[in-house]
Amino acid sequence: MSYNIFQIIKEGLKGNMGWVKTWRNPNIKKKYDVIIIGGGGHGLATAFYLAKEFNIKNIAVLEKNWIGGGNVGRNTTIIRSNYMLNENEAFYEFSLKLWEGLEKQINYNAMVSQRGVLNIFHSDAQKDSFIRRGNSMIINGADAELYDLNKIKSIYPFLDYQNARFPIKGGLFQKRGGTVRHDAVAWGYAHAADKLGVDIFQNCEVNNFKFKSGSCVGVETNRGFIKANKVGCAVAGSTSLLLSKADMVLPIESHVLQAFVSESIKPIIPGVITFGAGHFYISQSDKGGLVFGGDIDGYNSYAQRGNLDILEDVCESGLALMPSISKARLLRMWGGVMDMTMDGSPIIDKTHIKGLYMNAGWCYGGFKATPASGWCFAHLIAKDYSHSLSENFKLDRFKNGYMIDEKGQGAQPNLH
Amino acid sequence: MGEFIYYGDASLLKRPKWDDKNAEDKFYKYLYLRKNIAGIHKELWFHQQGDRSWLVVTRNTKNHEILKVELATEVVKGLDK
Repeated sequence: MSYNIFQIIKEGLKGNMGWVKTWRNPNIKKKYDVIIIGGGGHGLATAFYLAKEFNIKNIAVLEKNWIGGGNVGRNTTIIRSNYMLNENEAFYEFSLKLWEGLEKQINYNAMVSQRGVLNIFHSDAQKDSFIRRGNSMIINGADAELYDLNKIKSIYPFLDYQNARFPIKGGLFQKRGGTVRHDAVAWGYAHAADKLGVDIFQNCEVNNFKFKSGSCVGVETNRGFIKANKVGCAVAGSTSLLLSKADMVLPIESHVLQAFVSESIKPIIPGVITFGAGHFYISQSDKGGLVFGGDIDGYNSYAQRGNLDILEDVCESGLALMPSISKARLLRMWGGVMDMTMDGSPIIDKTHIKGLYMNAGWCYGGFKATPASGWCFAHLIAKDYSHSLSENFKLDRFKNGYMIDEKGQGAQPNLH
Repeated sequence: MGEFIYYGDASLLKRPKWDDKNAEDKFYKYLYLRKNIAGIHKELWFHQQGDRSWLVVTRNTKNHEILKVELATEVVKGLDK
């Protein structure tokens, strides 16, 4: 079923009884050309682009829980392309361009809202580094503007301009950045992929791979063995666990990242704002809740729930920026398990086993990357060589010394 | 920010020697590769806001339960034997 205004009117007149499920619940075939493990944003996007752009028809997506229950529903919904390193910036700018045309392409309202992302700086040195980043963004075809203090005061009057410790000096603004309804991204990609014939299976957990003379020929699941020519893993958070079945040890640690939502309040924040003197980012959802987050908890965890000292740290940073939110009550908080890599950048690559591909290591930048990640991973699976935008996201870069360390932190995942 | 800070897998105590055979490969594995276990995990913590000791903590990464805490200096003595 395709969604449009006429359908809404028609269904409105008929008591909304004619809507069918967004995606089918098909029977598992014995064999697929491509199996994607992981029905999150990246896995579904991969399946969609494989079918749409690379003309592969016989595809299955296997999800161990339900669609939208993993990290695609556990983030702060921000999209942006404000990186400095060329390897990252070109990729994330491609992603932002795909976000801009996404809803039309998947025929689904994902509430893509380019309400602007403002990165505030608090010192002259930080201003210099933000200008440098802004120039790098512009070179890579993205948009970036430098806002001075007066401009920020006029648009964001609620920030604390009296803070002596962290004075607001200005900001780097990306107008095309913004927010997207995160679980609608998963549902939308599932809807669009299903329409192109992709089979989506929920509650279907992969327990092992099957190898035959050095090639991956299928997967063992809780619903039996499924044969496949090619298998792609898009299970960020659990990559180390899944690929340990293929005897791989990866440059990844799994860490918990928390996100928080306050009670609904009247519209106050016009876009996304980040604090430059700590780690804090905030936006306001269309329902009025303040959506915010900060650092990862900082230690290995698969628990999908976080600790209170990070909550305290995030709230302290938030109040240093905008004390007016101190009375807002916290409504919800949740944790997602992140693949934190040793350089803070992702991995989209083949493995040492023929027919087995990996898409992993999204640290906590995975949501905004969803469309480009799916596209580049689909390219890799379909053509057996990397898309030019992801050719630097190789697994062997750690061995060869070609790290993509955006923050320059070195090989310590909890600092990225 | 907290009283204790995390450093990583306790295998970091077993640093390769610079003149080992295949030292380059050993250092690559030492520095970058992690088993990233879901379950009982031995890891290094630093008592930053306390006595500044290094600790080897045995912890379940599935539910955060702490099972054992040892001084890293003691653990290293055990490794040397």
